[in-house]
Amino acid sequence: MGVKLLLDKAHIEGIRYYDTYRKNGGYTSVEKALKMSPEAIVEEVKKSGLRGRGGAGFPTGMKWSFIAKPEGVPRHLVCNADESEPGTFKDRYLMEFLPHLLIEGLIVSSYALGSNATYIYIRGEYAWIPDILEQAIAEAKANGWLGKNILNSGFDCEIYVQRGAGAYICGEETALIESLEGKRGNPRIKPPFPAVKGVWERPTVVNNVETLAAVVPIMNMGGEEYAKIGVGRSTGTKLISACGNINKPGVYEIDMTISVEEFIYSEEYCGGIANGKRLKACIPGGSSVPVLPANLLLKTAKGETRYMNYESLSDGGFATGSMMGSGGFIVYDEDQCIVKNTYTLARFYRHESCGQCSPCREGTGWMEKILKKIDTGKGSHSDIDLLWDIQRKIEGNTICPLGDAAAWPVAAAIRHFRDEFEWHVNNPEECLRRNYGLAHYADERAVIA
Amino acid sequence: MAETPLFKVTIDNITIEVPAGTTILNAARQIGGDVTPPAMCYYSKLKNSGGKCRTCLVEVAAGSTADPRPMPKLVASCRTNVMDGMIVKNITSERVQDARAGVVEFLLINHPLDCPVCDQAGECHLQDLSYEHGAEGTRFEFSKRIFKKHDLGPYIQLHMTRCILCYRCVFVADQLTNKRVHGVLDRGDHAEIATHIEKALDNDFIGNVIDVCPVGALTDKTFRFKNRVWFTKPVNASCNCSKCSGKVHLWMRGDEVLRVTARKDEWGEVEDWICNECRFERKDIKDWTIEGPVKVNRHSVISQGHYVGLKKPNETFSKVMNGRNPRLLMDIHSVSEVNKPGVNLAAIKGPAHSTDFDPPKKEISNE
Repeated sequence: MGVKLLLDKAHIEGIRYYDTYRKNGGYTSVEKALKMSPEAIVEEVKKSGLRGRGGAGFPTGMKWSFIAKPEGVPRHLVCNADESEPGTFKDRYLMEFLPHLLIEGLIVSSYALGSNATYIYIRGEYAWIPDILEQAIAEAKANGWLGKNILNSGFDCEIYVQRGAGAYICGEETALIESLEGKRGNPRIKPPFPAVKGVWERPTVVNNVETLAAVVPIMNMGGEEYAKIGVGRSTGTKLISACGNINKPGVYEIDMTISVEEFIYSEEYCGGIANGKRLKACIPGGSSVPVLPANLLLKTAKGETRYMNYESLSDGGFATGSMMGSGGFIVYDEDQCIVKNTYTLARFYRHESCGQCSPCREGTGWMEKILKKIDTGKGSHSDIDLLWDIQRKIEGNTICPLGDAAAWPVAAAIRHFRDEFEWHVNNPEECLRRNYGLAHYADERAVIA
Repeated sequence: MAETPLFKVTIDNITIEVPAGTTILNAARQIGGDVTPPAMCYYSKLKNSGGKCRTCLVEVAAGSTADPRPMPKLVASCRTNVMDGMIVKNITSERVQDARAGVVEFLLINHPLDCPVCDQAGECHLQDLSYEHGAEGTRFEFSKRIFKKHDLGPYIQLHMTRCILCYRCVFVADQLTNKRVHGVLDRGDHAEIATHIEKALDNDFIGNVIDVCPVGALTDKTFRFKNRVWFTKPVNASCNCSKCSGKVHLWMRGDEVLRVTARKDEWGEVEDWICNECRFERKDIKDWTIEGPVKVNRHSVISQGHYVGLKKPNETFSKVMNGRNPRLLMDIHSVSEVNKPGVNLAAIKGPAHSTDFDPPKKEISNE
């Protein structure tokens, strides 16, 4: 069994409620933190090497130290619970089963950043979770962990839950801030960054749910101890939400030292591919990161074993690697059609584009149309090249990362599965009846298993 | 008060000093000419505009003297401030040209390209942009998107299919009028400019949305289908208006005022906002004091038209010159070796050749 820091108490009955949570060692980090100076907490988080769990993997301590501290201007912490990346559902699990862990992390982080009003922006589709969170906040407040002068430290903090209205784009931090302010959820043009001008033009830090929850074990065990878990710059534990054609889909906490192969095939985690099928491909970090075929997923291009951590998953860049992303682990078996799946993703990004900047607004729709054409057997070889050219012109030229997120899956699908696209073009009738299968493969295990 | 420091910025190998806080685009506009990136959504007179169309993307080869690392991505020059020692590449960067061609293509795939019936044709920024950076063909083989029609009242015509969602009109309504009734509904490629539940735009200054619109999405209903812009002639005119500066361009054909717009500078931006009354109601030449013709760039299509109904001056040459007639300064035939006065050009059949002007040679005949 790997180390568990976040989900170690998830199995305890009634852990959702304050009494049980407190009895099992809850809120000790707040007691500890409020005796320290805010700077010391930031230093502790820096030492832990914690990286943002929302997708980009930016060091949290460094992000916290960037926040501007002008005299007399309030600062804010915003918890990004707008978990809308297809394939990712780790934050939902945390908020549903361990709401107090998030509240605890939020209180410590608010203290470290000097935020007296902290917001949880939760996606609208998680309709039942705000109630859980609000109940937890009420319980915490009743027990003196929130409100005025917490534990006589002179620190005031309130947490507010704000529901989104169902937009993927509001997971982008500046769009989230706009939406939080009650405006249309359009990403802002950076600079200024939220650390300088965020919510209501005040310095703001936006962090993912899992990141803020991870502050709790960091405070409890100390940053240096936390940094010992994991490997290299991938410290601590990471929640992976595994889904797709596996025997045991669900949320797993891993310590980032296990290999991808172990994660997929071991009984402790995904338990192998469902229905005795073989592994075809996998999107290791949520729908927007590049898809990898089985041979490149289990071994890097250099022939080394690929591990479940930030560095190993991105080994080889986008040419032969992918990204840790948000930890939405989507597994495809041999029956899955890459073209159809890419089309589904392109349709999603087209629907979720905010429409502000031209490459993303027009390009996502164009890619969707071409992919639909290829998928339905009406494509031509030039369409594949055109698709490549379109994604190239979207990537990096947009206001926010949604353009990149829409371009990467298409790019990776063509890069690694061009033969499957060509098969669709060459066999317009056959491709409607059956899938391409595993012809692409080079991985022995996938073929034998 | 401390003076704003001057920052040295090099754009396409041209160095210029600009005050700190200037954007790359505005620095490039000070240099002028080809190094100025095109801007479809940025409008210097509207706060928060820009950053959306991505046509002004430039490459920053060196961030500043202090930190000379290049920026990894292309940046929107309209929203990026210059740093001291910054090196910017615009037309000298292939990456920029490639990305810009991509943006133009994206802007055009769903654009109806109905220029022949569009009132904006001739003064359309998208036309200029596609002429300079676009490809001659299209790679888009699908049906273009269409929208439900919205009526914006008696003065302003909305063609949503032509819109490129620059948000300028939204900023005009936000910053010039006291109540914005139109905005962007929906999102993604089905986002549209509209009023929520059919309202008319009738604020005093809302007519300026027509001037800021870079394409033919918002046009003047009082001018609709009246004329092509290149057949009309702009003149500077003014009037005593209680609401606005009254400084306008009248677009005339003969003595008829076909259209009134605000005065625009060389970047196509309005100099002074004008009110709806000046724009839509004062269509009589008697309402205005004509100040003189507008200087039109000779490359503009507007300069291609001719003044219609122009009255010739009553004075003749000899009157102006006190009875003397103009003197022939030079007889071209006397100095040119090519043109021979003895050769009757009208007698030559077809195009003239040098042989037509050669002295008659001895006939060499096969007969």
